[in-house]
This record gives sequence, C-alpha cells and structure tokens, in this order.
Amino acid sequence: MSATPTDVLIVGGGGAGCSTALHLASRGVRCILLERGQIGGQASGVNYGGVRQQGRHPAELPLARRSREIWAKLPELVGTDCEFEVTGHLKLARNQAEEADLVAYLDIAKGNGLPLIMIGGNAIHQQYPWLGPDVVAGSLAPDDGAANPRLLSPALARAARDKGADIREFSPVSTVAHDSSQFIVRSGEHEFCARYLVNTAGYWGGAIARTFDEAVPVSPLSPNMLVTEPLPYFITPNLGVVGGDVYLRQIRRGNVIFGGGRGESDPDVPRSRPLPEPSYAVMAKALQLVPRLAGVQVIRSWTGIDGETPDDIPVIGPSRTTPGLFHAFGFSGHGFQLGPVIGAIMSELIVDGRTDVPLEPFRIDRFAQDVSFNQQEQKHEASNRA
Amino acid sequence: MSVVIVGAGPAGTRAAEVLVGAGLRPIVIDEAPDSGGRIYQRQPAGFHRTARALYGFEAPKAQAIHDSFDRLRPAIDFRPRSLAWNLRSGVVDTICDGKASAVPFEQTILCTGAMDRVIPLPGWTLPGVFTLGGSQISLKAQGCAIGAQVAFVGTGPLLYLVAYQYARAGAQVAAVLDTTPFTTKARQAFGLMHGGATFAKGLYYIAWLRAHGIPLAEGVTPLAIEGNRQVESVSWRDARGTRREAAVDAVAVGWGLKPEAQLADLAGVPFDFDPVQHNWVPRQEPTGRTSVEGVFLAGDGSGIRGADLAEAAGARAAWAVVAARGLPVDASAVARLDATLTAGASFRAALERAFPFPAKLAADMTDDTILCRCEAITVGDLRAAANEASATLAPSEVNRAKALTRVGMGRCQGRVCGAAAAEVLAATLSCPVEQVGRLRGQPPVKPIPILPAEAA
Repeated sequence: MSATPTDVLIVGGGGAGCSTALHLASRGVRCILLERGQIGGQASGVNYGGVRQQGRHPAELPLARRSREIWAKLPELVGTDCEFEVTGHLKLARNQAEEADLVAYLDIAKGNGLPLIMIGGNAIHQQYPWLGPDVVAGSLAPDDGAANPRLLSPALARAARDKGADIREFSPVSTVAHDSSQFIVRSGEHEFCARYLVNTAGYWGGAIARTFDEAVPVSPLSPNMLVTEPLPYFITPNLGVVGGDVYLRQIRRGNVIFGGGRGESDPDVPRSRPLPEPSYAVMAKALQLVPRLAGVQVIRSWTGIDGETPDDIPVIGPSRTTPGLFHAFGFSGHGFQLGPVIGAIMSELIVDGRTDVPLEPFRIDRFAQDVSFNQQEQKHEASNRA
Repeated sequence: MSVVIVGAGPAGTRAAEVLVGAGLRPIVIDEAPDSGGRIYQRQPAGFHRTARALYGFEAPKAQAIHDSFDRLRPAIDFRPRSLAWNLRSGVVDTICDGKASAVPFEQTILCTGAMDRVIPLPGWTLPGVFTLGGSQISLKAQGCAIGAQVAFVGTGPLLYLVAYQYARAGAQVAAVLDTTPFTTKARQAFGLMHGGATFAKGLYYIAWLRAHGIPLAEGVTPLAIEGNRQVESVSWRDARGTRREAAVDAVAVGWGLKPEAQLADLAGVPFDFDPVQHNWVPRQEPTGRTSVEGVFLAGDGSGIRGADLAEAAGARAAWAVVAARGLPVDASAVARLDATLTAGASFRAALERAFPFPAKLAADMTDDTILCRCEAITVGDLRAAANEASATLAPSEVNRAKALTRVGMGRCQGRVCGAAAAEVLAATLSCPVEQVGRLRGQPPVKPIPILPAEAA
C-alpha cells in the first residue's frame, strides 16, 4: 500500500479540525482531514450553541476575543452565518455570593477588553420582567450571543473543501506514528503521510497524545441538553448562571434550548445518552430563572462526547515530544465559541511557526507537574503490565 | 424485581394474563386513562354506547380483552395515564399526572403499538385533516366524526373499515380513495384467503360501501387538499388520469401502519428494514425476546401484524419472560401460540402486498409540499440539501438530513414525516430507501412537561 502524501493531516472533524482545514487551505496548504463519523457529530454538533466570552477562564479570553471577530465574519468566510445572533449573554446571580462572583469578574473582563454591564436587582426585573424572583443580579455581555451548533462544522468543512482541503468522513484512524521525518496515519485501507499532524480529536485527542508519550488526563464529558416546543419569542438574551448549572436560550423560531448537568457516555462505541435525573434537575433550575416555562413541553433531549481536563481548559499548542505535531483538544464543554479561532492559531503555528495568541496556559505538559496525576498514570501503567 | 409491561392493548393484556397465571404481579403502564389500547379503546367515563356500536364486528374481541383486563386488575399494578418517555438499562422512566417516576424492571415487554403512516400532500396541514387512525379514535372513543362530509385517502384495510364505520355512524362519506390499483390487490387474493374471517370482513365493508352508493376509487393519485381556513375540497387523478374533485370538510389519510418502536430503540434493540411491510422493525426472536437482556417485544410495536396476532404475541412474549425467570412453562400453550403466530404470518404478508406503501407517491411529492409540518420544511428544502454539489457533506442518511434541514426535529420527532422524508431523500440520492437509514430515537419519545423540583 502506498501512502497518500499531503502537507498536514488533521484528525477530528469538529469545529476546531474543520476550521484548521479551512485556514490551511485558504493559505494554500494541502491538508487531509480524517473524521471517524460525521463532521460535527460529537461535541461540536450537539452542544448548546453559546457564542460566549463572558465567564471564561482568563487564559481563554484572548482566544475568545479573537474568535468572536471570526464569528462576525462567518458569512464571508463560509457563506452562512450559522444562525449566529448577537443576543447578548446575561449571566445571572441567584444569591449574594454569586453576585460577588459577577462583580469580581468585571475586572478580568476589563483587562481583556470585554465589555460587560452589571445590572442590579431592581433594574434586572424591570428590564427582564419574566425572570424569577430568585434572580438578584446579572451581568450582560452585549457582544455575546448564540449560533446553531449543527451548522458550524459542516459549513466550515464545506468551505474548506471548496478551497481544496480533502475532507473525509467515516474514516476512523487506526494508527498514528512518526518515523522521524513524517507522520504516518492509517485509516481503514488507506495510509496517509505528512510532515505535520494536527490533533483536534476532542475526547479522543487524549489517546492520540498518549501515542506520542504525552499523557493528558482527559475524561469524557456529556452535556445534558433539552429543547422545548416553540413558544412565542420573549427570552432575548442567552442566559447563564454563576456556577454554570443551567444555561438557557430561546431561538427566534420559538424553541427554548436549555441544559445543565451531565448525560452518560461510552466513548469506545461511541455512544452517549442524556439522563432523566439531570434533566429533571435542570428543569427545576430553568423554572427558577424563568417561571413562565412551567408545563411547557420538552420535545427532545440529547448529548454528545467532549473531552474534559482537570483544570477545565483545553490543550492547545505544539507537542513537547514530536516536532510537527500540534494539539487542540479537551475543550471541557466550552469549545464551540473557540472553534473558529483554533484554525487560525493552528495554521499560524504550522505556516508561520508562531502565533500572537498566548498559549502558555494550554501547554500539554502542564499536567506533568501534577504529582497525583503522575502517580495515577504509573498505577495505570502497572495495571496494564500486570 | 418486577416485570414491566408497557402498553395495555391486546398484546399487553394477554401478556399480563400469562404472567399473573405464572404467579407474577406485573406493572402495566399505559398512556391512556384505561386499558384497551387504540384498537379497543374504551369510551370515557359517562359514555354508555354498546360494544356493538363501538366496535362493530370486533365487539366480541374487544369485550373479551376488556373483561380479561378487568379480571386482572386486582392481580397487577396498573398505572394508567402514565407516559413511558425513556428506557435505560433496567429502568423505564414515566410521568403520570405531572409526577415523574423511575420504574425498575428485571424484564420488560414493550407493547407500544403502532401509528398511521402518512404521505404528505399539498394542504395536509389544513384544519380538518386527520389520520385514519385518529379519525377512528375520534369516532370510537368520543362519538365524534371529524367532519360532516368526509373523504378517506390512502390504502390498507383501515381505509375501508373507517369509511364504513363513518358511514354507519351517519357521516356523509364523500369518497374513498385507494392509491392501490385493483390489480395489485387481486394478485394477493390467494394469500388473502388464508385470512378467513378477516378477509371476509374486509370484502363485506367494501361491498357495503358500494351498496350504499359511496364512491370508491382504486389506483388514484391524490393531488391536493384545498381550502382557505379549513378543508373545503380534495382533488385526485383517477386510474384513467382524469382529474376529479370532491367538496368535503374533512379528510382522513393513512397508508398502513408503522411500529411505535422508540422505546425498543432506546433499549438498544437493533432494527432491520422489512421490505414487505416497508417499515423498520426491531429485531426479535419468534418468542418476542430481543438481543438486549430483559427486553421483550409484542404487538404492532414489534412489527405490524394486527390486533389478533398481537394477543398471541403478547402471551408468547410473556411465556418467554416466564422461562427467563426460571418458572414452569406450559409447553402446550406455547405450542398453540407459536402455531397461531406462524399461521398468521402468511396472511399478513399477503395483506401488506395487497396494500403496499406507495413509496413512489412519497418520492414524487411536489417541491412546495410541506413535508415536516412541525418545522414547516418543504419537500424542496430536503431535496435541495440532498442535492448539494458537495456530495459527501450533503445528507446521505436521515439523521444528517434532520441536523441540516430540521426535518423531523419538531414536536413529533419524525413520527409523522419520517417515512415520507426517507423516500424523498432516497429518491433524490437514487438509492434504496433502507440505505438512508432511520431516525435515531431520542428521549423523550413523546413530549413531556417541564416539571417543578417537587415533581421529579
């Protein structure tokens, strides 16, 4: 079997992978993207659809700010806005401690040029009369919004292919290796080789990193999501809360999309399922925010599989063991908004050898200093040998 | 740990009977206020029509099922008004009167029944359009006709039965429009003879309708249902190609039935496409046992076989549960049931062939026809998505079509439009319909209310 040569191999066809293919192809770089299932079939396609900067880990804000610029240009970039709408993101506090959290975040946002408007208890009920009495304050990010997660990855993939990227669905990768000059990747009957490999495989990115001796403690995360029948449109902003145990938005078509808690999954199949208990729990939390939703019919629930890291921020950047390997995975349930910028960053790292976005906090070897994790790994190794 | 039966129709009733006989106390869950299922649905409290008036020729069977269930009540844990909205390993999740419960089981027999198979046509979203099954329930359970001047459009035994029931009840039946040509049915005559009484009754309904001057047409192509604010007329092309029209205030449509197998799907039971039924059917052994530990199937929810065989299949699946629990099995009863099920199979196949699902009619719908009524997606929308030049990222199967076009994303989750949507997609991609797959089941299998904390 002769290997198909290319410049860059991308493993994983979610938002990050498809955006990488698009940015590389736009710069004339040949690339092949291998997706095990369908484009956007896991975390990128089944998430809540929040396009949110507010509330992010400070390290993520520079990425989120730059990603937000790309979101604004989506129609030029991919020919559709993916139903992105700047609705504002209203983060709510349900008690004094949560309100203090919102206030503390104002400085972080300011330091990153993210405009926020703090809204006190009286004003918030005047402006949003449908909010429940337990809401004591809120912080509005006027530039944030939401989009349709089912549309983003396919739109990026189509645009990438139009620019010459080779996008292959139903192409599960069986082996990845590096032979000191290039990467060799097998998928079914096919073999591919390239100087560069981009790992955007979500939860499964952990296994690819492990192949190159870069163990990352990544675990599967399945957000528990629900959607209601359409109702007259009244909830304009995308709603969140301090602590993130419920998030809720209404689309113009009228459906209310909300989520919180976790479903279950088996990444080996892969399969994932929402669960009744978190669904009931998040129903109650949704009613606390918007009592008017009592009795409204839920028509579907769903989940998918994302990768979660112990410090809740992704791995982004060059491999520490293998030249030419770049990672962007483990987005821990908040990667949808970042997807578009990941492509820009990856293409810069590969083509220019550098990027302006500070990636230090996302280093893949940051967990190596974590002693308990190392011990766990050794135990795991020992049991494997046993 | 208990046995949970989902569905108290003919299959569920006979299943419960066998389990009680074996000394078990099954939990029986049904959405409806009482037992009987859709086929033998009971009238609401305070209604006092006779069984004969409600069920016609089927009155003795309906009565027998109701009487059996009534006898069982003290020996079972019956939970009416309970929607089984989710199924996971060893648990059925239900909501009853706004209160949620998780019902654990060691074995479950899913007797989830069927619903009408529909092919959209222009105007089918107008008020006054019902499914055949829906129009029958309206008459049977509440003594209401869907209109004063009704047309019946579709194919299958139910088409003639419901038209007959409406005419008997005093509604004006404007036309009975069967999309199956006479010759197709005639070719199955020999196989249909095996149906004995069932076949004879079918012939009787048709003869009765003819004798009463009700216009019957075979081999028709429905064109449109029209009206400003509600149904005013229906038009079709007859077998000769002549355009015809009838003034009506209601239309009932239906092209056979499809299993309501969402719970089996959630349980992880694999599905196969049955070319004779033209349905996706959950895979099961002749006993009703599936490859999923503890999950058994019976009745039309496990493949369309009709009410009589549903009774036998329910009892048979219950014996399989009894065996699985290591309790003594009545071998002669099992042998009789197996014989009944085997004998019934050939008649059923002939019946399906006599009234085939007109896949071409679904595939040939006009671009501007609303395909998915919940989300207001047209046939043209789906075709455009499937035709996208970027071949590999265009929908190649129904779940992606759903993700990209919203077909099947609404209140009914594709239960109404799924069959027709698959035909449109397959025709556009020029592939057999089984190749575009089936919509994956997702909880809740039917809508559930947002519940307050104290209800969970």
